[in-house]
Amino acid sequence: MSTVATTQIKLTPEQARPRASVRSRLQDALPKIVLAPSFAITIVFVYGFILWTIYLSFTNSKTFPSYVITGSRAYQRLWGWTFDTDPPSSWYTSITNMGIFGFLYILICLALGLFLAILLDQKIRGEGMLRPIYLYPMALSFIVTGVAWKWFLDPGLGLEQTLHQWGWTSFHFDWIKNKDFVIYTVVIAGVWQASGFIMAMFLAGLRGIDGEIMKAAQIDGATTFQLYRRIVIPLLRPIFLSAFIVLAHLAIKSYDLVVALTSGGPGGSAWLPSNFMYEYTFKRNEMAVGSASAVIMLMTIVAIIVPYLYSELREKSR
Amino acid sequence: MLRKLLIGTALATSFVFSAHAADVKEVQMLHWWTSGGEAAALNVLKGDLAKEGYAWKDVPVAGGGGDAAMTALKAMVAAGNYPTASQMLGYTVLDYAAAGVMGDLTETAKKEGWDKSVPAALQKFSVYEGKWVAAPVNVHSVNWLWINKAVMDKIGGTEPKTFDDFVALLDKAKAAGVIPLALGGQNWQEATMFDSVVLSTGGPEFYKKAFNDLDDASLKSDTMKKSFDNLAKLVTYVDPNFSGRDWNLATAMVIKGDALVQVMGDWAKGEFHAAKKTPGTDFLCYRFPGTDGSVIYNSDMFGMFNVPEDRKAAQVALATATLSKSFQSAFNVVKGSVPARTDVPDTDFDACGKKGIADLKKANEGGTLFGSLAQGYGAPPAVANAYKDVVSKFVHGQIKTSDEAVTELVKAIDDAK
Repeated sequence: MSTVATTQIKLTPEQARPRASVRSRLQDALPKIVLAPSFAITIVFVYGFILWTIYLSFTNSKTFPSYVITGSRAYQRLWGWTFDTDPPSSWYTSITNMGIFGFLYILICLALGLFLAILLDQKIRGEGMLRPIYLYPMALSFIVTGVAWKWFLDPGLGLEQTLHQWGWTSFHFDWIKNKDFVIYTVVIAGVWQASGFIMAMFLAGLRGIDGEIMKAAQIDGATTFQLYRRIVIPLLRPIFLSAFIVLAHLAIKSYDLVVALTSGGPGGSAWLPSNFMYEYTFKRNEMAVGSASAVIMLMTIVAIIVPYLYSELREKSR
Repeated sequence: MLRKLLIGTALATSFVFSAHAADVKEVQMLHWWTSGGEAAALNVLKGDLAKEGYAWKDVPVAGGGGDAAMTALKAMVAAGNYPTASQMLGYTVLDYAAAGVMGDLTETAKKEGWDKSVPAALQKFSVYEGKWVAAPVNVHSVNWLWINKAVMDKIGGTEPKTFDDFVALLDKAKAAGVIPLALGGQNWQEATMFDSVVLSTGGPEFYKKAFNDLDDASLKSDTMKKSFDNLAKLVTYVDPNFSGRDWNLATAMVIKGDALVQVMGDWAKGEFHAAKKTPGTDFLCYRFPGTDGSVIYNSDMFGMFNVPEDRKAAQVALATATLSKSFQSAFNVVKGSVPARTDVPDTDFDACGKKGIADLKKANEGGTLFGSLAQGYGAPPAVANAYKDVVSKFVHGQIKTSDEAVTELVKAIDDAK
């Protein structure tokens, strides 16, 4: 409506100048105005609540938030639990599981994803059909993955039972019921879900590599192994980095997979820090301890993301 | 433009007001009774309220279970948007009452005589600083054995009266090639069983001191150590695949005759009913050996929030209907629990229900009605969960000896207090 009005009125040059400048100023500001709501929402709901969580971790909040700062008792308790190894405290179990799960999950996903991508990149027939098959697990929620693998790995229902029925009665696979091995079943399910996605990332990277370089190397007499080892994989470095970041944050925020797959594991032996956080904040009414563990998780993520951002930004400015 | 805005605002406000007017005749209820038997039981209440002209509105909870509901409730209360009532357990009621958001039903309670009819142990959770803040719906008790009668007959077993009898019975089942004890290896199930073990090993006095008063000396005592040893003995009778199993699957093992016995609260009876089994002929319910005469309870409560004046009438109607004798009987027959007031006739109940009602009455009069620590009626959630941790770690082997378990229990409870 307003645009029609402005075009209809004949403007003298004196009038037109300030109007035009309002318009152009508006145009300049338009992106900022459009971005402002989402920016405000992010500020409040992400950064605001991060600050709130940090604040709560220094209070004595129990069932409900309390705003009286009482010092770092929550952190002291967590610190104490960190060294409670025998019997393992829930916090100690959570962080060691995080280490095992994070390391294996990222490593196996990267290796498997790269391997599958290289195989798929051999210009094989039916690639268009194979690719979505590998990619599809990523479309499932962790809950579905968890429940499916829970049944598959259950010795009384799934793999073990089936093989027993087929006659291989000495087969024994009860990791999901074993306190020492249950975390590895979480790795298996997690890898199954994410490796296809990582494969797709690598595949995109492989397709982006200039064919000329490959040909030149082949003319120089490089074997296939040398080709991948010396040329392709080094060229995929940015993909490795992105894949690592994606996997690392998936690993740290994993929660639903553990719940659906193991419901915490025998005696809580499959807990990850996020399970710990939820348990303490919402089930045990120890909001301060829960917040403190959330802050420690945040610091872990920051420790991974900040060097990444730093290296990215430095490269850009160069 | 301005006119449009005004009309819009007027429409919106009138909508809000009309919505508000509907509220007054409506009971907004937050609960997680959605599965077959529970939902059917709740329909009785809906019918009773509809007769008085009150509509029932479920407050939706994403994700189902009790934890999700409690998280939703926390958010609603923080936003000042109180439901008329919410299903609540134990110390949660007191936490909310301490935060000053609960209503006051003392007048209704006086009129209906709740003070006399509701067991004193339950009033600990439904009365806060002299004011009635919640209406108990039922009393579940935890110290039960659920036995498959066919298996019991096959092995020639009789009701175990002591813990040693029980072990002998389990041995018989083992020799006959059935799984003696059906257990779901989740921490609350293990701890629920341990509640009974402690009551059986140490007796009522000891249970109260240790698990309701959290008396340090009792927690550290040799009796507690003995209780852990007894628990360890029971765990040797479970099948190797027990870890992580849901409680109703463990009950199903007993129903199907794969296992002899389950130690579980009386909600397990609902599963037997759903499978069309009758007490006495298909299955047997005994008190956990050595705990006859005492009842370890938990109870579902409807916590009543401090709603605006115009919604109070609906709340009073809900509370009155909840504790009416007819509803208490109809609901608990279906749910498997026993009425939360001791003056409800037991005519409609089955044999197990009749025994449950009689036991509750006796325990209430004799002072042997105790809150279950595993179910959050013995101590606040922080302590209860610390306790479940220790029991579960002991069952699954992270904690290796009963000595260590006692040390850990004392430490965990001190830490959580």
